[in-house]
This record gives sequence, C-alpha cells and structure tokens, in this order.
Amino acid sequence: MKKIPRQPMPKQPPEERIKNFNEVALGYTEELAVKEAERCLQCPRPFCVDGCPVKVKIPEFIKLVKERKFSEAAKKIKEDNVLPAICGRVCPQEEQCEKKCVLGIKGEPVAIGRLERFVADWEAEHGEIEKPEMPEKKGIKVAVVGSGPAGLTCAGDLAKMGYDVTIFEALHKPGGVLIYGIPEFRLPKHIVEREVDYLRLLGVEIKVDVVVGKSITLYELFDMGYKAIFLGLGAGLPKFLGIPGENLLGIYSANEFLTRTNLMKAYLFPEYDTPIKVGKRVAVIGGGNVAMDAVRSALRHGAEEAHIIYRRSRAEMPARLEEIENAEEEGVIFNFLVNPKRFIGDENGWVKGIELVKMELGEPDESGRRRPVPIPGSEFIFEVDTVVIAIGQTANPVLLDVTPEIKRNRWGYIEADYETGKTSMKGVFAGGDIVTGEATVIEAMGFGRRAAKAIDEYLRTGKW
Amino acid sequence: MFKILERETLAEHINKFVVEAPLIAKKALPGQFVILRLHEKGERIPITICETDPEKGTITLVVQEVGKTTYELGTYQAGDEIADIIGPLGKPAEIEKVGTVVAIGGGVGTAIVYPEAKAFKEKGNYVISIIGFRSKRFVILEEEMRKVSDELYVTTDDGSYGMKGFVSDKLKELIEEGRKIDLVIAIGPAIMMKVVSDLTRPYGIKTIVSLNSIMVDGTGMCGACRVEVGGKTRFACVDGPEFDGHQVDFDLLIKRLAMYKEEERIALERYLKERGKA
Ligand SMILES: Cc1cc2nc3c(=O)[nH]c(=O)nc-3n(C[C@H](O)[C@H](O)[C@H](O)COP(=O)(O)OP(=O)(O)OC[C@H]3O[C@@H](n4cnc5c(N)ncnc54)[C@H](O)[C@@H]3O)c2cc1C
Ligand SMILES: Cc1cc2nc3c(=O)[nH]c(=O)nc-3n(C[C@H](O)[C@H](O)[C@H](O)COP(=O)(O)OP(=O)(O)OC[C@H]3O[C@@H](n4cnc5c(N)ncnc54)[C@H](O)[C@@H]3O)c2cc1C
Ligand code: SF4
Ligand code: SF4
Ligand code: FES
Repeated sequence: MKKIPRQPMPKQPPEERIKNFNEVALGYTEELAVKEAERCLQCPRPFCVDGCPVKVKIPEFIKLVKERKFSEAAKKIKEDNVLPAICGRVCPQEEQCEKKCVLGIKGEPVAIGRLERFVADWEAEHGEIEKPEMPEKKGIKVAVVGSGPAGLTCAGDLAKMGYDVTIFEALHKPGGVLIYGIPEFRLPKHIVEREVDYLRLLGVEIKVDVVVGKSITLYELFDMGYKAIFLGLGAGLPKFLGIPGENLLGIYSANEFLTRTNLMKAYLFPEYDTPIKVGKRVAVIGGGNVAMDAVRSALRHGAEEAHIIYRRSRAEMPARLEEIENAEEEGVIFNFLVNPKRFIGDENGWVKGIELVKMELGEPDESGRRRPVPIPGSEFIFEVDTVVIAIGQTANPVLLDVTPEIKRNRWGYIEADYETGKTSMKGVFAGGDIVTGEATVIEAMGFGRRAAKAIDEYLRTGKW
Repeated sequence: MFKILERETLAEHINKFVVEAPLIAKKALPGQFVILRLHEKGERIPITICETDPEKGTITLVVQEVGKTTYELGTYQAGDEIADIIGPLGKPAEIEKVGTVVAIGGGVGTAIVYPEAKAFKEKGNYVISIIGFRSKRFVILEEEMRKVSDELYVTTDDGSYGMKGFVSDKLKELIEEGRKIDLVIAIGPAIMMKVVSDLTRPYGIKTIVSLNSIMVDGTGMCGACRVEVGGKTRFACVDGPEFDGHQVDFDLLIKRLAMYKEEERIALERYLKERGKA
C-alpha cells in the first residue's frame, strides 16, 4: 500500500495574514480530511487515546470520517469532549494525543487535532447541531463561577443531568481565556460564542458582569438556594518581573495587551472605543503560548519588528510547536538566552530600552529543564518602544480573600481534590487553572467534567 | 442591561445618573466604584458610586464629560440603557471615628468625596469640607455637601464664587490657623491630590487620596491600573483606589494617565464630528 503523507492544513500566507486578525489556519476540506483519516491504522489498542486528557474515542471518530459520516463523527467526539471546535484548534496535540500515536514512532502521527476541528466545523456549517435531549428537571440549583473552559464544561454536564445551572461571570462576555486571551486569528470568537449558545440551549443561565466575592458572596449564593457551587476562576493575576522601570509607559502585561486586543477589539479602534499603543519595535518577554499570541498580535497591530525575549533556548520554549512555527513564518524575531534586568525610560516616561543580560544553560531545575544562569558582564541595551510581559499568571485573590474557609496552597491556588474538585468548604468545588495553575483548555475541561460528576453525587447522596 | 431612571445636568459638562443596579446597590460602600461599558463597541471606564438606594435598587453616578465615552454617556436620557455595569469594585473607604476630618473635593471629585464625608459625619466625626471648582458654573453638590458637613468652604479658581483660589489654599489656611486636623481625604485631579499631600506631609496629617488610574477590567486581572505606593507596585482597582497620599508616586500616575492622549483626541474628535452630522 502506498503510504499517504500527513496532510498539511491550508493556511493564510504569512505576508497576508500579518495584516489581518482573521484565522490563520483554514481547516481541512472534506477531501483532505478523508485522506488524512485513511492514514489511521485503527489500532486495537489505541495509544492515542491515552494521550488525551478526556479520552476522546479517537479511532472510532476517525473511522466515521473515513466513511464520510461526519455528523456521526461529531457525535462520537462529543461523548467525551463538549468543545471539539475549540480543542481541535488549541490543544497541544503534539504533547497529548498525537504524541502517543503509533504512526509517530517512525513517521508523522495522524493529525488528530485537525480532524477533530474539521468534524466540529463541518457540523456547525451544515446546521446539524442537534437540539439536545432535555432531561427531566430536578429542580435543584447549582452555581458555576467563571465561564472559562472549566466552568462551561461543568455547567453543560450538570445541565444535561437536569440541574438548574447559573453561570456567574465577572467580565461582560462569557468564555474566559477563550474570549479575552487567545486571539481571533487562532480561535475565532464566533466559535466560542457558538459553544456558549449551545449551553443556553441546554437551559444554562449565564449572568455576566457579576464579580463573585464583590457583587455577591458564596454565602449569599447558598442563601439564595444554590445547593452546590463550582469555582472555575482561572489563573487571572498577571505576573510582573519586579525589576526597575516596569511601570514605564508602553509596558503591558500580556493580560492587558490581549484583553484590549481580543475582548475590547482595540484592533478596530477607533470604530471600537478601546485604544492600544503598539510601537515600531515591540519586545514580548516570555516563551509560552501567551507570549506567542502577544507577539503575533503586535505584528498585526502594525509593529515593524516584533521580538521574543526568552531566557532559555528554543528547545525549552513551552509554547506549542505549531504556534512557534507560525510566529517564525510571520517574521517574529527570537532572542534566546537573554533576560531583562531593568527598563529604561525617556524623558516623558515612555520605555525606550531594556537592559538584557546574556544567559547560559546550567544544571536542570525542578521542571527538568536546564536552568538559565546569567553571564556576568554581558549586559547590553535592547531598544524598544513597546514591551509586553508574558511570564505567567497566578491566582486572583478577589473571591478567595473574602472566603477564608477555602484553603489555598502556598502559591495561592485552591486546594481541591483532583478527582472530585472538592475544596475545604462544604458544597464548594473547584477546577481548572485556579487549582492546577496555568494548564490547558482540555485539562480545565476535564476537571470541570469530573467535578460535575462529583457534584451530582454529592447532591444525590448528601455525602461530603 | 442597566436602565437609567433619572438624569440631571448638575453643571456644565457634569451629569448625574440614577441607574437600576439592585445587586450593586445592596453591596456598595463609600469609596467603591463600578466599571461601565455603554454598548457593544464601548470602552470599560470606572466611575465612583456616589449614592445608593438599596430599597429601590439604584445607584447614583456623577460623571464629568472629558472624552468620547463620557461625552456619549452625557447624551443618555432617562429610559436609556447602559450595556454593562460591574461592581462594586475596589476596597471600601475606612470610615472610623478619628475626630476632625477634612474632606476635599476637586471638581467632579466632589461627587466621589461626598459619600465619604457623609459616612464620616454619621460616625460622629467633625467634618470640614472644602470643595473647589474652576468657576461658578461648574459648582456641584454644594447643598448635599453642606448637609453632611459641620463647615463647608467653596473655592473657585477665578473667584467667581466662594473663595478665590484652590482647595489647597483653604486647607493651608486652616492648618496655619492651628486647627486640629486628624485626617484629610482629598479626591480630585491627580495634581490636586499631589499638592494636598505635599502640604500635609510636613505636619504629619494623615492624608488619604483616591487614585483615578486608567483601568480595564477592574478586578486585578490586567495590571493597567498599576501605581506605585511606598515604592511598591499596587493595582489601584483591587488594592485601592484609596491610598496614603504621602506614599503615592503622583508623577508616575500623572504620566500614566496621559498614555493614550493621542488616541483619546482622535476618538473624541471623530465622535463629536459624527454627532454633529446626526
Ligand atoms: C493567551 C493565552 C493563550 C493560551 N493558549 C492555549 C492553547 O493554545 N492551548 C491550551 O490548551 N491552553 C492555552 N492557554 C491556557 C488555557 O486557556 C487555560 O488553561 C484555560 O483557559 C483555563 O480554563 P479555566 O476555565 O480554568 O479558566 P479561565 O479560562 O481563565 O476562565 C476563568 C473565568 O472566570 C472568571 N472569573 C474569575 N474570577 C471570578 C469571580 N470572582 N467572579 C466571576 N467570574 C470570575 C474570569 O473572568 C474568567 O472568565 C492559553 C492561555 C492564555 C492566557
Ligand atoms: C476609581 C475611579 C473612579 C472614578 N470615578 C469617577 C467619577 O465618579 N466621575 C467621573 O466623572 N470620573 C470618574 N473617574 C474618571 C473616569 O473614569 C474618566 O474620566 C473616564 O474614564 C474618561 O473616559 P472618556 O472616554 O470619556 O475620556 P478619554 O478621552 O478616554 O480620557 C480622558 C482622560 O480620562 C482618563 N481615562 C481614560 N480612560 C480611562 C479608563 N479606562 N479608566 C480610567 N481613566 C481613564 C485619562 O486620564 C484620560 O486622559 C474615575 C476613575 C477611577 C479610576
Ligand atoms: S481533545 Fe485534544 S488531546 Fe483529546 S483528542 Fe482532541 S485534540 Fe487530542
Ligand atoms: S494511535 Fe494513531 S494510528 Fe493508532 S488509532 Fe490512534 S490515531 Fe490511529
Ligand atoms: S484595572 Fe485591570 S488590574 Fe486593575
């Protein structure tokens, strides 16, 4: 049999796409999808499934694609993953399902993520999204705080079990990082909106503009008759470097830069009211997905040069490979093994330079990656006019500070049971980034799903 | 959607809105603010909660027209709706019995200091209020302030009403007269709060200011609102907005407030031009 190569996904050409915020990857056609599906060996012991945090029935859905039963393929995926259009786009597949695919041992793994995306998009396009069968209502109220992937999944599962679910979201739009963080060119917002609409179809009520802990407390939610609460707060507090000059004008946290861009649509200013300042030479500090999203957004905002400043080397960058490659194609300049020491401002308080020190890689640290150590005397000045700091997030304490019963670990994250999401406060469950620290969309979803099961059990048995 | 029930023009370019927001009305304490967004294309801006009526479920906002969003809000009438109002945000003011409190409001800052003056009065403090405006036609909330103050002084920059001069001039007079002052609350333009803080520092009079830094989410998520207090970076939206004025780096605040000057000009001009056409 002739070996079929892994089918590439059509993309907008780099010189085009850096001028717009439209999606970069265009998705498989039916022909490409079927061809890619034919590569799957239908392993009787499918290792790919082990790599997926929610155990999508990968060979089964791929077989249905091969048979052109796209609608059934979608249903098959949705048995385990309620947000396939999103996961197909943003899962780090090379670390998860595709990493374990047997075809990957000698050649290239099956493009599971691309197929998943294809199936979900096909279903949406062909209007075959079925109105879900509505279960009998139990008349029991459950509150979900936060509408990121953890909260959305938990709410969806509980609604399908017949609970009356209300989501409370602090921002004016539901979706969490999917809406305010991940850019349009990687995850079009209409896809997130579609998934949120599906939840509404399931009877989930979504209340935006409610900051739980400020507008309303957990105690009041219990008083209002909610019998259990799920916290999917995310890791929403931006980290700064803590070096001199960090509050100069033109220095953004990635959260602010991306929120202005995505949630507030600053790229459409002045049609939209929120402005953003992007200079000619932009430096983004960090090497993860967030840094890639920021640096690629900067290019689209019109930066002439967009730089990544990362203290380790390319091999250690935590960003998804696909996104690093996209960034490279688009002309992002990578500066490895350098670390900022201070920011330098001009007479009006605008940032004009970063003092960087060169680094070398030493012994591996607790994360297993080689620890970067500064080379004394190697400092130099790097000229910039805009800086984005993308070195990670930690737990936002707004709700937890007024709810001392909920135990936190030493990093400020909620201490919750991995299997059930149970916290130290009776009736309160938690999951997603607020428990694990920054992780992935699919892990947050998996957590939301396990918590929904545990909430159901708690509400049925009363056992804590 | 949040419905405007009443709207009143208090002075040139300063409007008062009574808005239906029952959840916020129940919770808000003096010193706290909301973030609002007028419509789908709108910006998120912070506005202090001037008064609440928990029974009726309403909050009162007093807003000065300074740029695109506030000018646009100025066209909203009773019956119109604001897309989003989020709050109450920020830490409530610390209201204690300390003795004599001087409450200073500069311009629209008067609306922000008003609920605090009222709360300090209710706690049994002796409240001296000083409110200052550019000119007579900008004076707001004089009667309201008088009701909650033991003494009230009005200043105008041009002398068209009350005492000619700045609020800080009046404060200086009081200090130099040897009045015993236990606490100063100063709310207004950054430069006014800076001058007041510089004035009270040598006398060791505790001075609280409310920082009006640029905000986006208002919940500690973005860091747009960062200010330096006592050499440390703080987020005005969650750690404040009130801080010890003697510790605040006002020069940094003033610079950061001007970060989008160019864009703000473009947005306002574009808006006023469109409005002219309509
Ligand atoms: C820029 C960026 C790019 C990323 N790229 C990827 C990627 O490519 N692939 C991937 O798998 N993962 C990626 N991630 C990580 C992934 O997005 C997160 O792990 C995931 O979103 C976590 O989901 P969550 O539901 O726990 O929280 P979030 O998505 O953070 O949602 C939490 C929600 O809770 C709300 N909230 C918080 N506190 C309150 C409160 N007190 N009251 C009411 N509401 C509240 C917040 O406003 C927010 O909407 C990325 C993250 C970022 C920031
Ligand atoms: C905690 C807090 C409470 C406030 N309370 C009141 C109040 O009760 N009444 C009132 O009239 N004003 C108040 N302000 C100021 C008000 O938020 C600004 O006047 C408003 O955002 C201006 O928006 P604009 O589009 O009309 O003007 P723009 O043209 O956008 O800006 C004019 C000036 O307003 C400031 N500003 C702009 N955008 C923001 C933003 N997103 N957040 C904060 N400041 C901004 C800047 O200094 C800018 O130079 C408060 C600000 C803060 C931080
Ligand atoms: S959900 Fe993510 S990890 Fe699982 S199969 Fe789909 S793309 Fe792979
Ligand atoms: S491991 Fe690879 S080839 Fe085997 S079933 Fe999974 S996707 Fe198909
Ligand atoms: S406004 Fe975003 S952190 Fe304060």
